[in-house]
Amino acid sequence: MLKRIVITVVVLALVGIGGLFALAWRPSLAPIDPPAASAFPQDLVARGKQLAGAGYCATCHTAKGGQVYAGGFGLESGFGTIYSTNITPDPDTGIGRWSEAAFARAMHDGVARDGAHLFPAFPYTHFAKVSDDDVKALYAYFMTRQPVKAVAPPNTLPFPLSIRALQVGWKLLFFDKGVYQAQAGKSEEWNRGAYLAEGLGHCSACHTPRNGLGGERKDALYAGAPIEGWLAPALNASNPAPLPWTQDDLYAYLRSGASVHHGVAAGSMSEVIQGLAKLPDADVRAIAVYFADRNGSAAQAANADQALARAMALAQRDPGVVPEHGAQVYLSACASCHYNGGAAPLPARPELALSSTVNGPDPGSFIHIVLGGIGQNDGMPGAYMPGFGKSLSDEDIAALAAYLRGSRTMQPPWNDVPAAIAGARKQSPAAP
Amino acid sequence: MTTFNLNGRPLTIDAADDTPLLWVIRDLAGMKGTKFGCGIGMCGACTVHLNGRAVRSCITPLAAVADASIITIEGLDPQGQHPLQKAWIETQTPQCGYCQSGQIMQAATLIKDYPNPTDADIDAVMNGNLCRCMAYVRIRKAIKLAAAEMQGAAAHE
Repeated sequence: MLKRIVITVVVLALVGIGGLFALAWRPSLAPIDPPAASAFPQDLVARGKQLAGAGYCATCHTAKGGQVYAGGFGLESGFGTIYSTNITPDPDTGIGRWSEAAFARAMHDGVARDGAHLFPAFPYTHFAKVSDDDVKALYAYFMTRQPVKAVAPPNTLPFPLSIRALQVGWKLLFFDKGVYQAQAGKSEEWNRGAYLAEGLGHCSACHTPRNGLGGERKDALYAGAPIEGWLAPALNASNPAPLPWTQDDLYAYLRSGASVHHGVAAGSMSEVIQGLAKLPDADVRAIAVYFADRNGSAAQAANADQALARAMALAQRDPGVVPEHGAQVYLSACASCHYNGGAAPLPARPELALSSTVNGPDPGSFIHIVLGGIGQNDGMPGAYMPGFGKSLSDEDIAALAAYLRGSRTMQPPWNDVPAAIAGARKQSPAAP
Repeated sequence: MTTFNLNGRPLTIDAADDTPLLWVIRDLAGMKGTKFGCGIGMCGACTVHLNGRAVRSCITPLAAVADASIITIEGLDPQGQHPLQKAWIETQTPQCGYCQSGQIMQAATLIKDYPNPTDADIDAVMNGNLCRCMAYVRIRKAIKLAAAEMQGAAAHE
């Protein structure tokens, strides 16, 4: 009897595993001889270059200090580190032997040329929405790059997460296949913005919190999420910025890297701005139209003047004759650049009372910027903020955070600031 | 190797990426007008302009200024006749003088942003520039004098 049960269980398990592998199995697509660069029309390559910018492909597919698109960048997934692959057309270590069909399958289905399932660290859940024409242009662009010989380090995902076939289960749960379909009742511009943002732009990959299995939470779409110790702010109505993120503000921010009413791009958002720089104004405007509709900022526009006046009143609060510790830090280190007199901030003086970062729900981005500063190529091109990681102690930064949060915003104090500072210092060893 | 523009001239420096800009300006480019004070960006003595904005050069690493335009006190005006420099002399603002080049560079950004600065504007923007001789009252006076001259000059243009 026992023997029969054991046999039944084993058989069922084998059938289950067999079924899973059958379900997961994808054919290997035949390798090709790398096509000559001249095989691709130049205008197609040029469009692919724009699109590669719009997808910030270089951000993840370039290791720190490595050659562009040669991969090897380690993405901390929460389950283990996943290293990006070489997408230059090197025949042995890159995608030189990938046919266009193989490239399109990777983009639309998340499956490599050899039939292996890709991990969703590669945002195929978004790239699936990219049109066939755009995939074709991207293929032409990547196949005409300089081939680089480079092999990515092995991923550190633990067993059994490292089994790629199991990804088929993940896909059943979280992957909606199919290219972007225009929404009826929305303008062409809105749909263009949605196509770029939801597809190549993969905005929600960072700006939407993920569930325990790493899927984007549909119930919290664009609610903002922590990423690499920073905060990718909410892009929906829950964003706590004092002034609404209007279409014009979104456009200014995405086009120039700064919105005078909200602040400047920093961290990995800088690379997004640099990528979008390759897109024409109309496309960036379309993305702004899409998110301005999503966040409902038009409804708050009537109160914007009042909100600005309130923020500027907070900005000019007198720190008193004997300033508290945080105010002293602000006056010594921050005010020379961030102070704003008058009724409105100057573009060159990012106003902390209006800052989406200072008003945000989590201190991560604030701490990273204080420690590491903002480079000339982040945020506003040419503008620079030095890092204070070697100048300010953890106590100074915590006091500064408490002072700004208390004096410049209507938001409650941040939680766990000392732990966040310690974590951020560990993350960027350049700022001990 | 980092290339940037110092007082209108291109300069290529072969030094570690994290070398403070202040070291480069004083020891490698040989311009001694910019002073070392605290070394942690808390006193303002080392203030220079990066792409036209005041920054503390002691906490600005060389790598951060690649392709940027840096102006020091030596380059603020070719003849040393910037309205702030003239006002500084007229009001006899400096005492020991050590912090003054930083004060003037910070004040130049202040006047650019606020052509007619109030006491509150001056106090807030100049707060990070310390003066151990306590010349603050004269610094404020000199800034207002220079601002008035610049506004007058602008009105005549």
